[in-house]
Amino acid sequence: MVILVNGEEKELDKPLNIRGLLQLLNLQEERIAVEVNLEIVDRQLFPSFELKEGDKVEVISFVGGG
Amino acid sequence: MKEDTFYIAEREIKSRLIVGTGKYKDFPQTAKAIERSGAHMVTVAVRRVNITDRSKENLLDFLDPKTYIILPNTAGCYTAKEAIRTAQLARAAGVSDFVKLEVIGDQKTLFPDNEATLEAARVLVQEGFIVMPYANDDPVMAKKLEDVGCAAVMPLAAPIGSGLGVCNPYNIRIIKETVRVPVIVDAGVGVPSDAAIAMEIGSDAVLMNTGIAGAGDPLAMAEAMKWAVIAGRLAFRAGRIPKKLYATASSPVEGMIE
Repeated sequence: MVILVNGEEKELDKPLNIRGLLQLLNLQEERIAVEVNLEIVDRQLFPSFELKEGDKVEVISFVGGG
Repeated sequence: MKEDTFYIAEREIKSRLIVGTGKYKDFPQTAKAIERSGAHMVTVAVRRVNITDRSKENLLDFLDPKTYIILPNTAGCYTAKEAIRTAQLARAAGVSDFVKLEVIGDQKTLFPDNEATLEAARVLVQEGFIVMPYANDDPVMAKKLEDVGCAAVMPLAAPIGSGLGVCNPYNIRIIKETVRVPVIVDAGVGVPSDAAIAMEIGSDAVLMNTGIAGAGDPLAMAEAMKWAVIAGRLAFRAGRIPKKLYATASSPVEGMIE
């Protein structure tokens, strides 16, 4: 199935939850926030939140800024 | 002199110089500059993780959230809705309840949109954020922001990154008389004397980014700014002499040699 992650299409060969997606992307779960279809997902739900076809995922963190 | 601890929302902030983390050459330089500045609270921006280039390091690997108080900003937001969403994402990252609320009204000057800032502040305060709004130097606006529950007000000295210094010290002084929450001069500082002036007129703190990061030698400038804020604050508490039109001699008139 195809989802969007940070604006880019991502082809997934099997269903994934958010924890699985972050592992696939080689990202740590700390100090990041995840939004699916404009709704923020509580980090406690990362292992249980299943992604669906066409989901728009935003993975957010902190960068330099004033 | 009495103790002069700086608090924002009952949280002790160990330095009256708050610094940004943007515009540096790299993360190591950012970390060194912040160390030289003596800052305790630092601002960060909230952006997408770079998922394609995984070699990119993480800013917070260089700035330990246990050492520094992280102040996420809502930079780049032009509507209350965008700013609220950005703040919520920042808090969801689990690092800070503070937010530097920025809702920009104009791309060229980056002046704040007052109405939208107030609207977003109201919502974010209700959601339990510690809201520090970037604002213009209007005392009426400052009072409104305090009234909706902001933990501080942050009037700009001059446009972001302009280096013009405190353009309207009189308004800043009036703001300081108008609100009870900390007044933090944010944006436009160019040289240490600008920061010292902001503190001498009674501001509780100064926030800057470009003034340090854009300097020829950011590490040296960070330290210079640190001393300027300390000097300005001490001077404010010491009480300056009045300005006079004419001279008053410093040496005695008695005992003159004839």
